[in-house]
Amino acid sequence: MRPRRSRTPHPDSSSRALPKCPTGIHGLDEITLGGLPRGRPTLVCGGAGCGKTLLGMEFLVRGALDFDEPGVCLSFEESAEELATNMASLGFDVAGLVARKKLVIDHVYIERSLIEEAGEYDLEALFLRLGLAVDSIGARRVLLDSVEALFAGLEDEAVLRSELRRLFRWLKGRKLTTIVTGERGQDTLTRHGLEEYISDCVIVLDHQITESVLTRRLRVVKYRGSTHGTNEYPFLIEADGLSVLPVTSIDLKHTASNQRISTGVPALDTMLGGKGYFRASSILVSGTAGTGKTSLASHFVDAACARGERCAYFSFEESPNQIVRNMRSVGIHLQRWVDRGLLHFHAARPTTFGLEMHLVRIHKVIKDFNPSVVVVDPVTALLHSGSISQAKSMLLRLIDYLKQQQITALLTTLTSGADAQEQTAANISSLVDSWLLLRDIESGGERNRGLYILKARGIAHSNQIREFLLTSHGAQLRDVYLGDAGLLTGSARVTQEAKDASAALAARQEIERRQLLVKHRRKALEAQIGALQLETETEEQESRQLIEQERRKVSKLEQDRGDMAKSRSASARDGKTRGGRG
Amino acid sequence: MSRSAKPSWELKLYVAGQTSKSLLAFANLKRICEEHLAGEYHIEVVDLSKNPQLARGDQILALPTLVRKLPEPVRKIIGDLSNTERVLVGLDLRPRTAKAGS
Repeated sequence: MRPRRSRTPHPDSSSRALPKCPTGIHGLDEITLGGLPRGRPTLVCGGAGCGKTLLGMEFLVRGALDFDEPGVCLSFEESAEELATNMASLGFDVAGLVARKKLVIDHVYIERSLIEEAGEYDLEALFLRLGLAVDSIGARRVLLDSVEALFAGLEDEAVLRSELRRLFRWLKGRKLTTIVTGERGQDTLTRHGLEEYISDCVIVLDHQITESVLTRRLRVVKYRGSTHGTNEYPFLIEADGLSVLPVTSIDLKHTASNQRISTGVPALDTMLGGKGYFRASSILVSGTAGTGKTSLASHFVDAACARGERCAYFSFEESPNQIVRNMRSVGIHLQRWVDRGLLHFHAARPTTFGLEMHLVRIHKVIKDFNPSVVVVDPVTALLHSGSISQAKSMLLRLIDYLKQQQITALLTTLTSGADAQEQTAANISSLVDSWLLLRDIESGGERNRGLYILKARGIAHSNQIREFLLTSHGAQLRDVYLGDAGLLTGSARVTQEAKDASAALAARQEIERRQLLVKHRRKALEAQIGALQLETETEEQESRQLIEQERRKVSKLEQDRGDMAKSRSASARDGKTRGGRG
Repeated sequence: MSRSAKPSWELKLYVAGQTSKSLLAFANLKRICEEHLAGEYHIEVVDLSKNPQLARGDQILALPTLVRKLPEPVRKIIGDLSNTERVLVGLDLRPRTAKAGS
């Protein structure tokens, strides 16, 4: 049910030191490093209405339910029915526990006006009643609430004091872990000095009202034989009992996940080393009004829900309906995740509760809903319901808590002026792992959004400023132009982009033209070469023909001459031949 | 106080075991009753060390405790009853205002 409750006690306290008895009260066991001193009485004191009885009763009920340690309540002020009714409002079934013999409530009623004291007496009957109740269910825990009522009911204080001393000795002897409540006195812890008798552990409850907001506080004044958290810890009385919130978790040892999860904006993932945020890290998105913080958060939520993870969205400015409607305009459909039960919105005005109450509400939702992603939008709203230092410590606790639960947290902060923005955010920026800054860039009569990553622990991230565009299909990131006149965004960027595009086109065309020219020239040359070759070949052919003709002519002549000689030799061979020659 | 109405007196003395205080308380009670309520009273001694569960019903806290069951209203007197005056006041046998004078 509560994962931290089952945690083993602090190693320092487990073995050699005092054995401890876990109360089961959320946060108290962390402060006391394991619980109350086992087998000994603990004094819980404070003013009227500060939750003493509740703390005691929760100690008994949780003991019976979670630790199988039945308990006895000796109530000097409220009847068993009143107690049962009061506890029922906190979801504790006291009557059921009584019926199951896990709890005994004995209302010890003393009315001074109805009692006459005539001679010596002791409080043996009280011991007998307590002893009987303890034995009847094998109780291990006892609540005496509030034993000081005896002082009002009985005259003989000397007897009373010695009997109280005997009572606490008796409780110790029976090894009963006991809570004794006492009303806070003027200068003393309790009105009748109960702290004299109980020296093992003293817890003081208190409440303060600052700026009309009530904050309850708990402090362990003394814990003999054990270290303990010494601060004043705020606590709340909530629908399921008491919650004490350790101001800072005592140990800083949450495991760091290596898993990365998408931001929901692909270009932003690229800026964050291509993979997005670390799981279980805390992300701060800061920016002035209207820079798109909620949109960025919604993208993250959308991506997480699309992976099938649960998201809790704490809104302090807009109603869930409004967020869903507004995000639809940028193409993020959150309603489907709400319908599928993956996304829970929790909206409240920051002024509705005090800071602590908000924190506890968040804790409770996280405990019940068990989300893997939490969005607080904007966290600055909470800063206004307390002082800066309170708010910072609250956020620290929140971030710590979320990390321990392995929840990725995205917090948005609204910053005001240009100068104040980094300063205000700096108050909490040291607590977060990644910090995205959204800012307005004003130039050329336009106002545009710029995004850059101020820090991202453990992620190699882009150092560039990107223009952040909100389009009807979601957020987009564009490179910002660094021109002669500085940063170019919006229309100026579009103009520049158009110019660049036409220049690029011209250059491309020029190249093509030149390539074509070269091709043509080559073709022309090749054609020329072809023609010349053809010509040469023709000439060669002709030459060869001529040579052939000549050759034939010569051979013909010779043949003719031979023929003639042949014909001449028939009459006068020599003469004719000679004559013929001349 | 007038003793003419004479209701029957029903008294319960709660003790725990035979301690000196309880024996003293019983002796004192017996004496006072004989003196003031002769024949009109009935004393029941309840030993809580034997029946501790009976302590709860009558809201017994201190011991010894004397409870006047009848006549109503129920009254309680705690202690060993050695202060007779206060026992008489507690039993409404003496007016409270007369406490200082008597």
